[in-house]
Amino acid sequence: MDEINKKIKGILDTNDIVLFMKGTPEAPQCGFSMAVTNILKHLNVKFEGINVLQSDEFRQGIKDFTDWPTIPQLYVKGEFVGGCDIVKEMFEKGELKKLLQDKSLLS
Amino acid sequence: MALTKNEISNMIMSAFPDATLELVDTAGDSNHYSAKIISKIFNGKSKVEQHKLVYKALKGKMGNELHALALTTEEKNG
Repeated sequence: MDEINKKIKGILDTNDIVLFMKGTPEAPQCGFSMAVTNILKHLNVKFEGINVLQSDEFRQGIKDFTDWPTIPQLYVKGEFVGGCDIVKEMFEKGELKKLLQDKSLLS
Repeated sequence: MALTKNEISNMIMSAFPDATLELVDTAGDSNHYSAKIISKIFNGKSKVEQHKLVYKALKGKMGNELHALALTTEEKNG
């Protein structure tokens, strides 16, 4: 189990914005993952899309790691921001853009 | 084995007795719901904490028997 945690931690430590998703940013395989990908593309930020479908162990591991039952999951600077609902709500309220600006991640 | 509207509503109301709950079966298939929950229990908590409380109330069903739940939570003032 901690093999997966180490892998997740490694990804979070080496990428400012990480989206754990189903599929890839170019080919999302779920409506919710696509919605968040579109928001990040709209904000024109660089992000790492991690396909959790690569293994069942990874798909469950990330849910345990975050203590969050669904995918996608958005991380900014190693901190869990939310799933599709929360990211969408933050985007609509301008809170996501502010968070990214505060962390100087918005070009 | 999807969840009925009643089952979801009972689980939410037992965890948030003061809640105002709007629950809609958006696809008519007992698998895609939207829920808006307003409760004092959310007061002072972050969105992530609020949603985690709801997922806990759903006793592990979220992401399993319950495929999709578009969730909105709000604090209750006054």
